[in-house]
Amino acid sequence: MSVFNISGSPHVHSVMTTKKIMWGVVLAMIPALLVSIYFFGINALVLTLVSVASCLFFEWIIQKYLLKGDLSTLTDGSAVITGMLLAFNVPSSLPLWLIILGALVSIGVGKMTFGGLGKNPFNPALVGRVFLFLSFPTDMAMSAWPKPTPLFGGSSVVDALTGPTTLSIIKQGGDLPSVMDMFVGNVGGSFGEISAIAIIIGGIYMLCRKIISWHIPVSFLGSAFVFALILHLINPTEYVSPIYHLLAGGMMLGAVFMATDMVTSPITHKGQIIFGCGCGILTIVFRCFGPMPEGVSFAILIMNGVTPLINKFVKTDKFGYKK
Amino acid sequence: MKTFNKGGVHPQENKLASNSKIEVFPLTKKAVVFVSQHLGAPATCLVKKGDKVKVGTKIAEASAFICANTHSPYSGTVTKVDMATDFNGFKKPAIYIDVQGDEWEEGIDTSTEIKREITLEAKDIVQRMKDCGVVGLGGAAFPTNVKYMIPEGKKAEFLIINGVECEPYLTSDNRIMVENTEEIFIGIEIMKKALGINTAMIGIENNKPEAISMMTQMSKKYKGTSVVPLKMKYPQGAEKQLINALTGREVPSGKLPIEVGCVVDNVGTALAIYYAVQKNRPLIDNVLTFTGKSIKTENQKNLLVRVGTPLQEIIDYCGGLPEDTGKLISGGPMMGKAIMDTSAPTVKTTSSILVMNNKESKRSEPSPCIRCGKCVEACPMGLEPVLLSILCSQDKWEEAEKECVMDCIECGCCLFTCPANRPLLDLIRVGKFRVGALRRARAQK
Repeated sequence: MSVFNISGSPHVHSVMTTKKIMWGVVLAMIPALLVSIYFFGINALVLTLVSVASCLFFEWIIQKYLLKGDLSTLTDGSAVITGMLLAFNVPSSLPLWLIILGALVSIGVGKMTFGGLGKNPFNPALVGRVFLFLSFPTDMAMSAWPKPTPLFGGSSVVDALTGPTTLSIIKQGGDLPSVMDMFVGNVGGSFGEISAIAIIIGGIYMLCRKIISWHIPVSFLGSAFVFALILHLINPTEYVSPIYHLLAGGMMLGAVFMATDMVTSPITHKGQIIFGCGCGILTIVFRCFGPMPEGVSFAILIMNGVTPLINKFVKTDKFGYKK
Repeated sequence: MKTFNKGGVHPQENKLASNSKIEVFPLTKKAVVFVSQHLGAPATCLVKKGDKVKVGTKIAEASAFICANTHSPYSGTVTKVDMATDFNGFKKPAIYIDVQGDEWEEGIDTSTEIKREITLEAKDIVQRMKDCGVVGLGGAAFPTNVKYMIPEGKKAEFLIINGVECEPYLTSDNRIMVENTEEIFIGIEIMKKALGINTAMIGIENNKPEAISMMTQMSKKYKGTSVVPLKMKYPQGAEKQLINALTGREVPSGKLPIEVGCVVDNVGTALAIYYAVQKNRPLIDNVLTFTGKSIKTENQKNLLVRVGTPLQEIIDYCGGLPEDTGKLISGGPMMGKAIMDTSAPTVKTTSSILVMNNKESKRSEPSPCIRCGKCVEACPMGLEPVLLSILCSQDKWEEAEKECVMDCIECGCCLFTCPANRPLLDLIRVGKFRVGALRRARAQK
């Protein structure tokens, strides 16, 4: 009698693995990175690389010396995503030491305190971003954003000019950029969030590879659009057109890359729609009624906090229980 | 194109043996026939050492309502009645037969001529199913006659014939649909007569174009039986999912298909019923597939094998196992069971010997759950495998019961789809076992 492997069924497995999902997300963020390098120059690339490297470093050091856990998680790509997202959420003029500090908070506080991959209740990149935003408002300031300077646009002095972001124009008044500029990314802002088209390309790629489902991005953007439209219809002079809300600030980046983080969003599709709607509505509330121009990060973090509750109460329709 | 409403996955088809014609496997010399080969109460052995048996001699008798007869697949002498190991490694009572010649019991029609006229009455058909030891060949081995005794107050509306064969690799149902088309249709006519209804639907997944065209052609001759091509999705061949795909109805939790007016049987069972009723031939053989990625094309076979043949003989007949064999599976790769011992004999429901190479045979290491929800999306019963597995790993059986752990059909979609390779189904199986024990304890109070 020969000896064979014995295990319970199923004996085959789909090709999808955690690693493939995570690196797929990284790949999906490349278009947005390229656009930001085009508009903000080499600074954007340096910040991203430093952020990713520090995220990996902090995860390694914590995993090795504090948690004494498995080091194979370093290659799963999740820390790379956190690093890239964190960098995408800061102005390209941010000093390097600040992005390193942000990475420490993201990975150290946002992820590893809870036990690492899969256990963090809040999106680590957003934890780091909000920490930087609240602690270093001058460097993360809303008024001194570098102006986009296309690489081949002639201007030799990169980052010399500063200007307001679309959202601060909405808040404080001024001439709004054209919808086309916002779509392509020729506006001021955190460097990863500027180009709607690059983010949408990444989103479509992730949808096709079934890394994300449509539920969160669509409900996020849809509910924000509808809510902003209602406000706009009530008082068009006070509230701008919903198109601006969708294209400005971190809305696209948030809806496609940050709210869709599997670990911190609900498990069921129904729950995901509730989550997305919550994010969308809260974002518009913060933007229109809050003291600050931007609200995506806070909206997503609040909904991250609500996720366990959604998971508890929003259940799937089970087969054979139809009334 | 129709399919079921919830979940499902798309494993690679790998129907490597779908064009190999059915071969009749030569008789073994020393057969081991398990006394009980069905789901339900154990059957009573009727023979002892030294008894002479013929092909079709009843060697074990049904002793309860949900129980089935077993017949000798060989002629020869009983050498002993003793425990034997099945392919899972469990010891079960079995009858050892020294095979001599191939002499059949009288009254069994062994000709290949197709007998179309159905002479038996409904009541006698059901009795004949029982006499001939027909069990469900879809895998569960549930005694077929029980399904045709409709409980009071219930009414059968549809007869559903399962030709889905949604498991990857398996091709035996496909082959019998192509090669025994008319016999299957006569079997279906018999089943309709037994139920007193006129409507039957045959569900076949659209990756079997030859079977669909042969069956559709034949359905023109037999009124009231229609062939429904189904969109490929695993586990479409599961009873509840097939009913849902064909009729849109949902069998209520914990109930049988008759609750929604359906009786479901496999195409293999339809063929067995044809032989039992028209030819008085008991269930003593079935078609099994020998396949695997590392098996040479000429050795990918569909074999008509008598019950009780040692698996090793089949393996040797098909050119032996390749060097890199890591695992053998009886059944499909999604729900089949790993074979521990190749000296074990086949049973009525053995549908395949699937050879997996070393690389395929091992599971990857589990990594942390990233709460992606893919298992929830994939579950055809609409359960939350991730939640159930957590509850089961924490011994929270009552909570698992509330989360409907008993509705799990163990199709394996959750584990198949999990990107973190978590042992979801393994934990859920433990939960089902424990909740089942809890329920029995409660019932005794």
